[in-house]
Amino acid sequence: MKPKRRQLNSQQRSFLQRCHFMTAGLLLFAVVLSARAVHLQVFNKSFLNEQAAARHLRMARISAHRGTVTDRNGEPLAVSTPVDSVWVNPRELLKYPDKIPALAVSLDLERESLTRRLTRNAGKEFMYLKRHMNPADAAAVEQRKFPGVYLLREYRRYYPVGEVAGHLIGFTNIDDVGQEGLELAFDHWMAGTPGKKKVLKDRYGHVVEDVESIESPKPGRNLVTSIDLRIQYLAYRELKSAMQQHKAVSGSVVVLDVLTGEVLAMANQPSYNPNDRSQFIASRYRNRSITDIFEPGSSFKPLIIAAALESGQYQPDSRVNTSPGRISVGSKVIEDSENLGRIDLTTILVRSSNVGATMVAMTLKPSLLWEVLSNFGIGRLTSSGFPGESAGLLSYYENWRPISQATLAYGYGLSLTPLQLAQAYAAIGAGGLRRPVSLLRIDSPPIARRVVREETAQAVLGMLETVTGPTGSGRKAAVAGYRVAGKTGTARKSAAGGYVDDRHTAVFAGIAPVSDPRLAIVVVIDEPSAGEYYGGAVAAPVFSKVASGALRILAVTPDLLVDPVKQDRTTMMARRQ
Amino acid sequence: MAARGSRFLGHLHVDGPLLIGICAILGVGLLALYSAVGQNTAMLTAQGMRILLAMVALLIMAQVEPTLLRRAAPWIYVFGLVLLTLVLVSGDVGKGAKRWLDIGVRFQPSEIMKLALPMVMAWYLHERPLPPSAGVILATLVFMLVPVAMIGLQPDLGTAILIGLSGATVVFLSGIGVRYIFSAIAIGLGSMPVLWYMMHDYQKQRVLTLLDPDRDPLGSGYHIIQSKIAIGSGGIFGKGWLNGSQGQLEFLPERSTDFIFAVIGEEFGLMGAAAVLLIYLFIVGRGLAIATMAQDTFSRVLAGTISITFFFYVFVNSAMVTGLLPVVGVPLPLISAGGTSMVTLMAGFGILMSIQTHRKLLAR
Repeated sequence: MKPKRRQLNSQQRSFLQRCHFMTAGLLLFAVVLSARAVHLQVFNKSFLNEQAAARHLRMARISAHRGTVTDRNGEPLAVSTPVDSVWVNPRELLKYPDKIPALAVSLDLERESLTRRLTRNAGKEFMYLKRHMNPADAAAVEQRKFPGVYLLREYRRYYPVGEVAGHLIGFTNIDDVGQEGLELAFDHWMAGTPGKKKVLKDRYGHVVEDVESIESPKPGRNLVTSIDLRIQYLAYRELKSAMQQHKAVSGSVVVLDVLTGEVLAMANQPSYNPNDRSQFIASRYRNRSITDIFEPGSSFKPLIIAAALESGQYQPDSRVNTSPGRISVGSKVIEDSENLGRIDLTTILVRSSNVGATMVAMTLKPSLLWEVLSNFGIGRLTSSGFPGESAGLLSYYENWRPISQATLAYGYGLSLTPLQLAQAYAAIGAGGLRRPVSLLRIDSPPIARRVVREETAQAVLGMLETVTGPTGSGRKAAVAGYRVAGKTGTARKSAAGGYVDDRHTAVFAGIAPVSDPRLAIVVVIDEPSAGEYYGGAVAAPVFSKVASGALRILAVTPDLLVDPVKQDRTTMMARRQ
Repeated sequence: MAARGSRFLGHLHVDGPLLIGICAILGVGLLALYSAVGQNTAMLTAQGMRILLAMVALLIMAQVEPTLLRRAAPWIYVFGLVLLTLVLVSGDVGKGAKRWLDIGVRFQPSEIMKLALPMVMAWYLHERPLPPSAGVILATLVFMLVPVAMIGLQPDLGTAILIGLSGATVVFLSGIGVRYIFSAIAIGLGSMPVLWYMMHDYQKQRVLTLLDPDRDPLGSGYHIIQSKIAIGSGGIFGKGWLNGSQGQLEFLPERSTDFIFAVIGEEFGLMGAAAVLLIYLFIVGRGLAIATMAQDTFSRVLAGTISITFFFYVFVNSAMVTGLLPVVGVPLPLISAGGTSMVTLMAGFGILMSIQTHRKLLAR
């Protein structure tokens, strides 16, 4: 190297000098850069670290699971399933209008309407694109990383039994808030409390990772209804087939547990599927058993008889003379279909004598009659707590005119819900004790309230059993193996200007088994129009089928031992009629 | 073994130390890129292909004798000017500027000028006595200002400044008198207000943003704020490879290209950034060593300029990413994803190797 150095000419020396100068300059630059790096990475580290955390750590809401609704045996009636909703920040997305067509395709939306919605909400920061998607489909959309498009975990209500219990359970809206039925009544009970969590988000706001849970969501509490799904299915099926057979407009079946006041089944027609929002029409989802009132007609007579016995003015074998088969009250004439002559109270019920019932009712003190009916729950809200419940109509006795007291006797001039009628019959079945009705399962029998004396209730029950006997108007309500009691009712419907002749409400209310009552069942069928319209022809068979199934489902001991000879005679007698 | 190895490299006209430095930086670059593109192997493969292509360019340039290169220099320069004219007339617009030319392959003709300008200036000075006279200096300045002005018109201010700097380096290395240097600096400072007046609005924005990034944190200040957070939150040892929140969660913009140094700073910390800087210094040092060993003015000046310009790129990019200089679109050499600049840089290293290895053959 040494000889070479000596050979350096002035040019080379100058170049070397310049090179050294440059090298010094470059090293200076390198020092500046290093100093800057030290400044950022050592002295500003904690501040910049916080800044980084502030960019990617966020608090997020965790939706809570809504409580499940089950029947009394734990069968699910309403469950919540996780779903994902896709939402967008229109401001972010509109910066990339070329992505909109692809987004529309992946969400299966129409491009024009999506663009229209986006431009309409251009100033907003939140807009739902599609609610309640299957989580797998939603994840596929998220994978495409559309700018400003995010997912939101929500829960969707699913009703496994669909139509069968739709009226009672009701439904929630798309935000999981109860709108109708038990979903509404017990919304505060079933709704959960959302929780909080810390999440890692990327620049586009997509959650990349859950870091820690700050507050876990509290799921809503479960609701155990009093419904027995097996009986509910039965009631639903029998009501629906009767509706079709008789071409009726609407109908209800209520099954009450006499011992506890629990509603074991409550079915209505027309019905709807709570899983399908397009069917949400009030005329379909209304729980008619609780919200709709009707005039009970003759099915109301047993309550009049009970009041008569309670007054002390009548004994079970007391007779009234109904000749000549009609009676004038004020300007109105009340008639029986034939002249029944002198008949006892049982016959009033068995032959459903309007004249007899009127004569009995007219002799009672209005205050007493009102009090007994009121004790049976007529004109008062039940304790079901169901949203939109109707209390029915029973005017106060001080406002009664003679004709009001007369029509009351055969179930006109007042109105009640199917549930109220069932509650009154349950009181007769329970030996005169009225228990508050409950739509929720109760584990110990509630405190009962005495409505009438036990003897009165027993007497009325005995009379009602005759109605379902071979010659009674309610013979089609009979159940093989069980003694049943009940009363038919066929009420003409009121319309503008009075009662009409061609539209009826067919009713059957009954109790089974008579020896140790367990069930009170009411069947109401509105405007049967296929020919038959009597309660005994239209409603009683439904009662028979529901009662027979329900008694077996509940394993109630049969109390009508089958005597082959007697049975033979019964069928022969039935045939003769 | 070592001797045989170096003789093998010598036959290929490859300089061992320089190759080691280049491979080291390419390796670091691939690691950082893999993290920056979110473990996307397709993009990594694409970058690998570009590296292979650039290696081929390096090997080809290494075979070309410096004398041949010198004779071709004016023609390459004229060719570059023609392409720049074509760009201004009918270039492709990308991100608001006409920089690209599509002749079968899409590339930026300004890349050719990065090598052509130092070459033509070195060629011009080669024939003349040094230190150059005032007239010669004026002539070299004309060589320099024509392409710089054309690139500035695209507009691509960053590249124009860097190419201008490479021209200035040639003039400086040619040994011009100290008084010229001082007067140039004085003119430069004096023309700053004029330059400010001529700048585009977005360019003014960038300068103002540098002074106070928080004046527009979601607009022009966004890049630099995110980048400083990324580097600073890395600390001394970094968050670990693939663990940087700013980069992995996509807060850091342009993280595979211009802002890849922030990914290195975040994931490998101060240590990693310093190591990368040291490798760069090693490459530049080896380039300057080659320049001092060169045997004629052309080789000497060209080798020195290529090395120093390379360091300018490194400095401008890392100063921009750390918030010391305004945001100008200059990639981090050999690390940022991107094709043309990689090929140009490697071709430049090929010229360095050619100068070194052909000298040895001549000396023997």
